[in-house]
Amino acid sequence: MTNALQIENLVKTYDDGMQALKGVDLDVKEGDFFALLGPNGAGKSTILGIVCSLVNKTSGKVRVFGHDIDTDISAAKLNLGVVPQELNFNQFEKVFDIVTTQAGYYGIPIKKARVSAERYLRELGLWHKRDSPARSLSGGMKRRLMIARALVHEPKLLILDEPTAGVDIELRRSMWTFLEEINRQGVTIILTTHYLEEAEALCRNIAIIDHGRIVKHTSKKALLQQLSMETFVLDTERPLQEPPKLNGFTTQIDNEGALEVEVEKSQGLNEVFVELERQNIKVLSMRTKANRLEELFLRLVEENNPDERRSEEQVAS
Amino acid sequence: MTPQALLVAFNTIVIREIRRFTRIWPQTLLPPAVTMTLYFVIFGNLIGARIGEMDGFEYMSFIVPGLIMMAVITSSYANVVSSFFGMKFQRSIEELLVSPVPNWVILLGYVAGGMARGLGVGLIVTLLSLAFTRLQIHNLPVVVLTVFLTSALFSVAGFINAMLATKFDDISIVPTFILTPLTYLGGVFYSIQLLPDFWRAVSMLNPILYMVNAFRYGILGASDVNVWIALAMIFVFISALSWLALRLLKRGKGIRH
Repeated sequence: MTNALQIENLVKTYDDGMQALKGVDLDVKEGDFFALLGPNGAGKSTILGIVCSLVNKTSGKVRVFGHDIDTDISAAKLNLGVVPQELNFNQFEKVFDIVTTQAGYYGIPIKKARVSAERYLRELGLWHKRDSPARSLSGGMKRRLMIARALVHEPKLLILDEPTAGVDIELRRSMWTFLEEINRQGVTIILTTHYLEEAEALCRNIAIIDHGRIVKHTSKKALLQQLSMETFVLDTERPLQEPPKLNGFTTQIDNEGALEVEVEKSQGLNEVFVELERQNIKVLSMRTKANRLEELFLRLVEENNPDERRSEEQVAS
Repeated sequence: MTPQALLVAFNTIVIREIRRFTRIWPQTLLPPAVTMTLYFVIFGNLIGARIGEMDGFEYMSFIVPGLIMMAVITSSYANVVSSFFGMKFQRSIEELLVSPVPNWVILLGYVAGGMARGLGVGLIVTLLSLAFTRLQIHNLPVVVLTVFLTSALFSVAGFINAMLATKFDDISIVPTFILTPLTYLGGVFYSIQLLPDFWRAVSMLNPILYMVNAFRYGILGASDVNVWIALAMIFVFISALSWLALRLLKRGKGIRH
């Protein structure tokens, strides 16, 4: 299988001397649903900006479906669709015009552009707004408009930089369904997000970037397997005043009176329930405390910058 | 991109530009019509009647070519500078930057958009002038060539201004402090033969003088400068400024980090 995106030793130093990327290597396979995660300022948007020609690289190689952006930029761009983090369309233009104009930039004749624009505006629930100026759309609609615009030329690789930032849960879920569907149709997707549950729900492979370096690049499954411990929250029938002593498990009562149990990977949940049964504690429901990926993400970032993390803690205290 | 695809991309930019300036016609098409009508009434009719003839022509007939060129120059420049800087400001320029449109097509598209507005305004002003004077055409090819090349030149100049501008003030400095004085001193309202030798020599350094005079030659058959030198100069300016605009685009000056 070919690589949808191949990045080798990518370096970016901004004019003010800030080195945003310090030699990034990254491969994204064709058909993948890939997450690029990292804290603010880690270099995610810089990587995507370079791939999309919005940022000039200092050195390194970038290939989109084998097309080098230094020597074959036109072919590379034809395969790319971009949904940026910030709104970047003319707020005074009509929705339909924004999408068909974008198709025109890719050399798609107007008749074909209209058909494609209608398809994506319908699929993203914006068809009834086609004659409205973009500024009149809600925040969620504006985000969907940028997705329709990015897809109108039917790219093989779709890059989404924080696509669901500021979008309500219902809309976020419907956008997930849409993205999963176009990924099933063969579009490779690269996503950056701060909602780690989004990456966990959608992506198959993940890279974590911090301070301009990739600190982890693996499958989501392999990443999650690295979690040695998980915390479960149990709602009990009777409120507990004190955490019960469960043999081999650490327990505590959270702020809302629910029981928290830390379970290591080597332990089974059955043992928790056996212990609880023995103490006559009836469990009504159970959930994991935090997003698993979030835990891992924080740990990896912390491992990568122990000194910085410590100094932040000192400042906070 | 195939030649057909490049043509589609070029047309898309031009159509978007035309759609933009026609959508806001009270800001783009109406003001030059009102301003030039005032010039015709005040300078042409009221003051012109007292001035008498200029270069052997009725004063109104003398100033009409210059006023048409003035409208073409300012409108061509204003269209590109405000549209491109507006796109930079709103970041909608990124729509173009992520697409495979080559830089030369981007430049050509904006220049064609600027020319569409410049020539459109020129046509409006020409039609208005017919209410005040009888317009004759001495040399049609010179008229067409001069007005097209001048419009293209100031569209490219507007493009460069927009690329270098970082704030809205930057896009009004050049029109206010350079373009307007050069236009007024470029022989729109007078023949430089009226000036003392020194000021006549200084005026010869003003590139707009050549454009106004070449156009006036095409209309009236009278000019203070050699028409072919004027056309050659415009062509050289277009080439030099286009080269600079393409260099700035390649470097991504003000549009890429």
